[in-house]
Amino acid sequence: MKKVNLLLATLSLSAAGLAGAQSLSLADGGVKLGVLTDMSGVYSEMAGPGSVKAAQMAADDFMKSHKEFAGKVSVVGVDHNNKADVASNKAAEMIDRQHVDVLLDIPTSSAALAASEVGKNKKIPVIVVSGGTTALTNEKCNKYTFHYAYDNYMLANGTGTTVTKKGGSSWYIIYPNYAFGQDLNRQMTAAINENGGKVVGSDATPFPNTDFSSYLLKVQAAKPKIFGTMQAGNDLVNVVKQYNEFGLKKQGIGLSTGLLGEQEISALGQDAFAGAIATVPWFWNLDARSRVWALQYKKLYGKLPTYMQAGVYSASMTYLNAVARAKSDSGEAVVKALEGYKFNDFFARNAMIRPQDHRVILDVYTVQVKPKSAAKEEQDYFQRLQTIPAAKAFTPLAESKCKM
Amino acid sequence: MTIQFLLIQVFNGLVNGAFYALLSLGLAVIFGMLRIVNFAHGALYMLGAFTAFALGQLLHLGFWPSLIIAPVIVGVVGMLIERGLLKRLYGLDASYNLLLTFGLTLLTQDLVKQVMLSKFAVSSAPYTPPDSLSGVVNLGFTMFPKYRLFVIGLALVICLITWFVIEKTRVGAIIRASTENPGVTRAFGIDVSKWVTGVFGVGVGLAGLAGVMAAPIYSVDPYMGAELIITTFAVVVIGGLGSIMGSIITGFAVGVLAAIGAALYPPIANTLVFILMAIVLLVRPSGLFGLPEGTR
Repeated sequence: MKKVNLLLATLSLSAAGLAGAQSLSLADGGVKLGVLTDMSGVYSEMAGPGSVKAAQMAADDFMKSHKEFAGKVSVVGVDHNNKADVASNKAAEMIDRQHVDVLLDIPTSSAALAASEVGKNKKIPVIVVSGGTTALTNEKCNKYTFHYAYDNYMLANGTGTTVTKKGGSSWYIIYPNYAFGQDLNRQMTAAINENGGKVVGSDATPFPNTDFSSYLLKVQAAKPKIFGTMQAGNDLVNVVKQYNEFGLKKQGIGLSTGLLGEQEISALGQDAFAGAIATVPWFWNLDARSRVWALQYKKLYGKLPTYMQAGVYSASMTYLNAVARAKSDSGEAVVKALEGYKFNDFFARNAMIRPQDHRVILDVYTVQVKPKSAAKEEQDYFQRLQTIPAAKAFTPLAESKCKM
Repeated sequence: MTIQFLLIQVFNGLVNGAFYALLSLGLAVIFGMLRIVNFAHGALYMLGAFTAFALGQLLHLGFWPSLIIAPVIVGVVGMLIERGLLKRLYGLDASYNLLLTFGLTLLTQDLVKQVMLSKFAVSSAPYTPPDSLSGVVNLGFTMFPKYRLFVIGLALVICLITWFVIEKTRVGAIIRASTENPGVTRAFGIDVSKWVTGVFGVGVGLAGLAGVMAAPIYSVDPYMGAELIITTFAVVVIGGLGSIMGSIITGFAVGVLAAIGAALYPPIANTLVFILMAIVLLVRPSGLFGLPEGTR
């Protein structure tokens, strides 16, 4: 009996050794995920440390299911302060000194674009999750950059189309006066016009800004059916707070938002946002599968994940799976394994990585914020209105300006 | 652009003006007595809002008790700062005070941020106005939130009381005397240093009060004072340092002008105050209500 055991052990050992030697080729012996994010600023709650944890969770789960990677996947989280120059320096440092094999997350569009440039020069994949600019898959696209989860086109197109079709025929839009806001305003207006709606007014507001009363009073006077705010983060919280304060909701002016995340609703309270319509790529209690993952995340880290954090997990997993398929962590090989890849996970449904522009397309959802009285559990915020299929949710390839 | 719309903007501007006035009044009172430019004023304004929020969360105190207790707490914090830190720098160059109060600002912001995250698990939080002040009032030309009208009214009352105390009462006479000539005032048997502490406490207490009043309008956020304080310094420069009535009038006037400017040409909203400041500095360097440094 002892002999048989020994024999088996020797066999399996040599088999494992053979498998490793034959197939897997990892530079410096392991795979390192680099999460470049905002650790303490305005986006630190929707991404930030929670994104690093999500990547870590993905690494742990991956090592459990792929024995040949046991002990070989690690994660580093680095702060980019939401500044493009810092992001650029840190990205280079992470690649050169910490030897990361992929850059993930990267909130703030300008920082994401800066990191994408570094990834391109150093031939390291960059998977942007929290940054929203469509430039990443259009004029600034490159071989090593992928755009996961959401983008401005998807937000504007989903919300503008759904709300206008539901009878929101006249809109008044306010948007923060920088690239992100201007981009959203343009795309939202296009979606509204395309569906037979009309934008009766639109104002650029300073960024950042706390007092929106002048604009809200203009909206009040214009009496549109829908008030569209393209503000994000804390600015969005202030807009919505003042929208309620000035009684716009009571006058029957509906609320639609550009980028709405769980953290803004938590910050202001569910009822202030009740009725607001937005588009999201995911939310934690979307269905049973999402819920299982989200509760696991909460069990490990004490907080329910935002969709950006869930996206970082999914992106990390998709990247690691590509490494496993390519049996290599070289940028070139992984990019090849990612391109055209079709997959489904708890986050990304009917997903496909478009080889032409590296947009990761997936089903997205138009949602309406429930009133607190309709919430059945903690952070039960969203009522799904509509599922927008992956093929229709993102910029059509025909319109893409990407030349790779 | 109708008259009605301009009128709406005037009310809007008065709300912002109320905060500028309360803050620059505090700065003026402190500068008058201590010759200190208190850079930590914005952080103490934030501390007022945060204290109100924390009192509500921990002790279930509503808006009205907080409106009184929070400014007192901020005032006491201010007095401790004066006694413990500022006092040691009086003989030194003014830049030392600036560095100290700036450092205090950063410390306070991060401390509040840490407490909010660890204790309340939020990075910014809403604060609801009392029921009696929620809702809107029909002003005839527009619907305007009740709470904002209350802010304008309360700020006016507080400003006028402060002005009255300093200019018309015996307490004010002592403060003015201590400002004018501390040595002679001491000779009359008045403990000037105690008054200095008290005045600093009242000055930052006003900032704390403004913070509580701002909490229901903006969210309670560790950095809410950082932006406001820069505009407030511009207001102080326009009005002229050290003039009580000057800072009150300038505060409200700048608020109204900025609101009208923002309505006429939105992109200028954040810059207008600084353009005004530049013009005033060119034409009247000591500010609209300030006396030239030599004649003080």
